[in-house]
Amino acid sequence: MQTYDLEAEGLRGLNASLHAQSEQTSQTNWEVVNPKGSHAIAVGLDAPIEVSVQGSTGYYCAGMNKQATVHVKGSVGPGVAENMMSGLVKVDGDASQYAGATGHGGLLVIKGNASSRCGISMKGIDIVVHGNIGHMSAFMAQSGNLVVCGDAGDALGDSIYEARLFVRGSVKSLGADCVEKEMRPEHIELLRDLLARAESDAKPEEFKRYGSARQLYNFNIDNAY
Amino acid sequence: MCGIVGLFLKDKALEPQLGALLTDMLITMTDRGPDSAGIAIYGDETASESKLTVQSETPDADFAGLAEALQAELGGAVTLERRDTHAVLTVPAGQADNARSVLRQIAPTVRSMSFGDTLEIYKEVGLPKDVAARFEVSAMTGTHGIGHTRMATESAVTTLGAHPFNTGSDQCLVHNGSLSNHNSLRRKLQREGIHIETQNDSEVAAAYLTWKMQNGASLGEALEQSLDDLDGFFNFVVGTKDGFGVVRDPIACKPAVMAETDQYVAFGSEYRALVNLPGIEDARVWEPEPATVYFWSHTDTNSLNKKVA
Repeated sequence: MQTYDLEAEGLRGLNASLHAQSEQTSQTNWEVVNPKGSHAIAVGLDAPIEVSVQGSTGYYCAGMNKQATVHVKGSVGPGVAENMMSGLVKVDGDASQYAGATGHGGLLVIKGNASSRCGISMKGIDIVVHGNIGHMSAFMAQSGNLVVCGDAGDALGDSIYEARLFVRGSVKSLGADCVEKEMRPEHIELLRDLLARAESDAKPEEFKRYGSARQLYNFNIDNAY
Repeated sequence: MCGIVGLFLKDKALEPQLGALLTDMLITMTDRGPDSAGIAIYGDETASESKLTVQSETPDADFAGLAEALQAELGGAVTLERRDTHAVLTVPAGQADNARSVLRQIAPTVRSMSFGDTLEIYKEVGLPKDVAARFEVSAMTGTHGIGHTRMATESAVTTLGAHPFNTGSDQCLVHNGSLSNHNSLRRKLQREGIHIETQNDSEVAAAYLTWKMQNGASLGEALEQSLDDLDGFFNFVVGTKDGFGVVRDPIACKPAVMAETDQYVAFGSEYRALVNLPGIEDARVWEPEPATVYFWSHTDTNSLNKKVA
């Protein structure tokens, strides 16, 4: 276990050390202490390492993650796991705006609530939120799965493309071109796997599925004004 | 981008540390606003006195003999305590607004930063750490306070363009964001007789709240109505003599985080600003909801925390 004191040793040293790890590294476990809300912790990782952050972070924690597992034992600021490519990012607390934005792959788990614009423009990432999500979540979402065990805020899935949205609780309102869809057996199976990987005991049968009505994004002339 | 910090104390034991805690929070927000900084402090009330905070570009010349000149006009005892480019004038209770008008006549180069019974505002151009040091903010005591670090977008980088803004007795406002309808609203408020000093969008928001409260609204009601009447992006943190309020616009793209313990309620643009507060590890920490008014008061124990949209 490598322990890094962020307050004493600084951010650049941390990210440089993490970037220096390769596929074959023997230093697979890292612990970051004293994060104190700092920005850009564990950004741009590309090795099968495990990083645990002992406290809350600021902006862009675990952004652009590849392969690595980043576990934040606190809450995260805006843009956690933004543009994640693969790997796992787990947040024990809450997440601020645009969690998992533009993510291409991997799994983002938020044990608390996520605020506005969760999964905005997601491109293949899977996001599981144990609590609620805020307004404008999954705006222009292109692919991947957003699972919400609590409630969703206003304008869920506005201008959505082909991402799947699963919500167990209420949806305050759906955005343009986002509609409720049938839960088929393959969706139950998909959800069961995601919930298990996200350590949620919610039952897949309790969720509703939402997705694109496909009336907007193919430039249907009736939508022009 | 701007930084906001705010601290509303519930526990009197922390009052001697208010300035020190706010200074630390303010300096942490330097990255969000390095061009100017300001702080509003609500201190002790003295029954027979009101006060004005004033500022001058030439304090040596302007502050010499100012108390005596003001006393001659007002008729009651006036004292002056200088802090760098600012000075706090104490005047007989209830005379602060009148003193402000008199000052405009007898000392036109002296600018009013705030007036009221307990509020003092200090603000200048420069790095937050330098501004805080000039005014010795860390030694200040009080019941609640609000600080702002500014990165200007809507008006010039000047002392008067810095936050907090004070437009009514013991009222202050800081703003992170930008308002789109401030010009039309400024004209409307000026027609209503509200004094607005600058071309700054945030001052219009402060003046709007003052106008609403002059017409009978509580701070909470005024904040609710601001959601309908102000167009643009905003996080506002506002102070009154006994209260502390927070509201975000419905889009809520400007960051905000709050923390509450038995000892205090704190606001920061980022969590970083809160990390050195006592007991933060066990505080309830949350992101304030969009279009929702939060309000705490020293006198009203049923503090408002109300969702309006």
